[in-house]
Amino acid sequence: MDYFIQIVTDLLPGLNGLPQWLVIPSIMFLFGALIFTGIAIYSLIILWFERKIAAHMQDRLGPMEVGGWHGWLQTVADAVKLLLKEDIIPAVADRKLFKLAPYIVFLAAFAVFAALPFSDKIIGSELNIGIFYILSVSSVGVVGILMAGWGSNNKWALFGSMRSVAQFVSYEIPIGLSILVVVMSVGSLSMRDIVMAQDGGIFNWMIWQNAPFNFIAFLILFIAGTAETNRVPFDIPEAESELVAGFHVEYSGMRFSIFFLAEYANMLAVGIIASTLFLGGWQGITGASSAPGIGLIWMLLKGFLIVLVMIWFRWTLPRLRVDQLMYVCWKVLVPISFFNMVGAGIWIGLSS
Amino acid sequence: MPDLKTEEMVVQMGPQHPATHGVLRLEITTDGEIVRKINPHIGYLHRCFEKHCEELNYHQIIPFVDRCDYLAAMNNEHGYVMAVEKLLDIEIPERVEYIRVIMSELNRIASHLVALGTYGLDIGAITPFLFTFRDREKILDLFEMTSGARLLYNYIWIGGVAFDLPNGFVEKCFEFIDYFLPKLKEYDDLLSYNKIFIKRTAEVAIIPPAVAIEWGITGPNLRASGVDWDLRRDEPYSIYDKFEWDVIVADGRVGVLGDSWSRYYVRVLEMEQSASIVKQALEGLPSDENVKSAVPKKVRPKEGSVFFRSENPRGELGYYIISDGSDIPYRLKMRSPAFCNLSAISDVGEGLLISDLVSLLGSIDIVLGEIDR
Repeated sequence: MDYFIQIVTDLLPGLNGLPQWLVIPSIMFLFGALIFTGIAIYSLIILWFERKIAAHMQDRLGPMEVGGWHGWLQTVADAVKLLLKEDIIPAVADRKLFKLAPYIVFLAAFAVFAALPFSDKIIGSELNIGIFYILSVSSVGVVGILMAGWGSNNKWALFGSMRSVAQFVSYEIPIGLSILVVVMSVGSLSMRDIVMAQDGGIFNWMIWQNAPFNFIAFLILFIAGTAETNRVPFDIPEAESELVAGFHVEYSGMRFSIFFLAEYANMLAVGIIASTLFLGGWQGITGASSAPGIGLIWMLLKGFLIVLVMIWFRWTLPRLRVDQLMYVCWKVLVPISFFNMVGAGIWIGLSS
Repeated sequence: MPDLKTEEMVVQMGPQHPATHGVLRLEITTDGEIVRKINPHIGYLHRCFEKHCEELNYHQIIPFVDRCDYLAAMNNEHGYVMAVEKLLDIEIPERVEYIRVIMSELNRIASHLVALGTYGLDIGAITPFLFTFRDREKILDLFEMTSGARLLYNYIWIGGVAFDLPNGFVEKCFEFIDYFLPKLKEYDDLLSYNKIFIKRTAEVAIIPPAVAIEWGITGPNLRASGVDWDLRRDEPYSIYDKFEWDVIVADGRVGVLGDSWSRYYVRVLEMEQSASIVKQALEGLPSDENVKSAVPKKVRPKEGSVFFRSENPRGELGYYIISDGSDIPYRLKMRSPAFCNLSAISDVGEGLLISDLVSLLGSIDIVLGEIDR
């Protein structure tokens, strides 16, 4: 954050004239706006990517018209359409909950980005409990989903939100347990320390340490992360053919697009968390580069790669049933991640 | 909280619901995710087909028959036309019979492709849907080439067919079969043997043979329950007795007999057999006969009634026609296979999860146009 403050004050010397109590909030606001814009732009890009990838996997072309080259403006047009659409609130809905829900869901997704290290310097807030903060803040979103489901006063939405809550609460556990493995190997909860511990090229990345425990932890984190973001094959909260659209069945226009944005922001967050913890964060294959911006590019590249794998899942796999989803979590992932954590602990204890 | 209580919730599944394949409404009573009671409501697509037929002459009914089971229009026409021919007692040129069988079997493949694709969608796999529709498109091209239409053909006429096969049809059809057979492997790889798909469908919504017979389930759904019954073999009509092919009966190779997976997989295997029938029919196709030589100018059957049933992709399609000696049927009753198949769900579906109900409904492969008529 200090680095960011310095850049901003260099760029806008007028800020120095402001009183001190105003400078920090305004810079924070600027950073927030930057992240928000970044998420929005990223969502548009990744959505276009997803549609093109899906289309080519399915022997189609996908969007080809809007904007000329391979329909690159299609998602922008869709976003504009969503923003201009009439915003309908059902007559019997709980208006307060209904209106508030999308913002809470998005807030949770958005707040996670405050502690994500995009590069050596670009990090919203360098907390000494970074990963812990991320874990706790991201689970606030589930409250919003429950509010959306209940507030819509629609039985399908209620089903969707009930499923979603069960899924969220369950999959937090394997995620927590697999993150613990990394925290144990590094000895710190700070995102920066975790990345720094993986200095020196691809073979020092956390995914290869404590063989095979960290690798298993990575896989579990990835699977559970896919479930946390409601992606196929774990997309039961919005299971299209069962619950129509799940918790956001009654939403349209702007509010719907906020749910959408939150989903894609969550996907990127999972990608970045996984690459920070296991894939060396902002460091390149040969190690950290001192050139500015390179770290950011590496980080986004890794994040995108993981998001792309999630997209690949979506267009290949069918959906699990709700009880099978719980089975996967409680009877497969939780025991494996628990024993994995114990094993990693023993390994670390023996090798130190 | 002493007055806290739980109660069952009534949910309206449909008429606008992605899993109901049209405008079916299921009134389900749920206990959490478990379905306690299913009450199907039909009629949202009712078009008075049977009453309408009492106002039309026999030729004019053919396009209406198309619109009943719009995914298998050729099979519907075939059945209707043969019922009227039985009433009229006329002989059909052999080439016409061959063309009819080719069209019916191609349409059976097309219909099963839709069933497969949409079943994948029900389970959450989106890609197989587009793959099957890509291949179905090729069959529709063949139909377009022959009849000019892609969905509702009005091609099979009483006593003949509307047009002879166009030049190049036979080659294109052979080409299609060579293209199509390897694709079955692709569906198997992508969907049939996918672990999640098997988890979702195998041992789910089992219809035992006795229950299947009791409810009058027919077609692939009956054979999936292990009952070896196919009208094309057991009551051969048209020229089905001339071809070598197998009736596909589920063997419960994954899961158990009569589960959703069997119902799905019987269709996959049936497409292979249909392709084989088409191939044999193309090879044995008699040349140069007038396909309209037996078309009667005016259809005026003697007084009397007839019942004729044929094997539609969804089961046994029956027509009961009463003639009063005029050129308009006195009464026409259609025995719709999908209607009988659907009626079993209130029995079979009880106690399933909502997701499994979707799995059951998709595997039965209903077409609401035929159920409501």
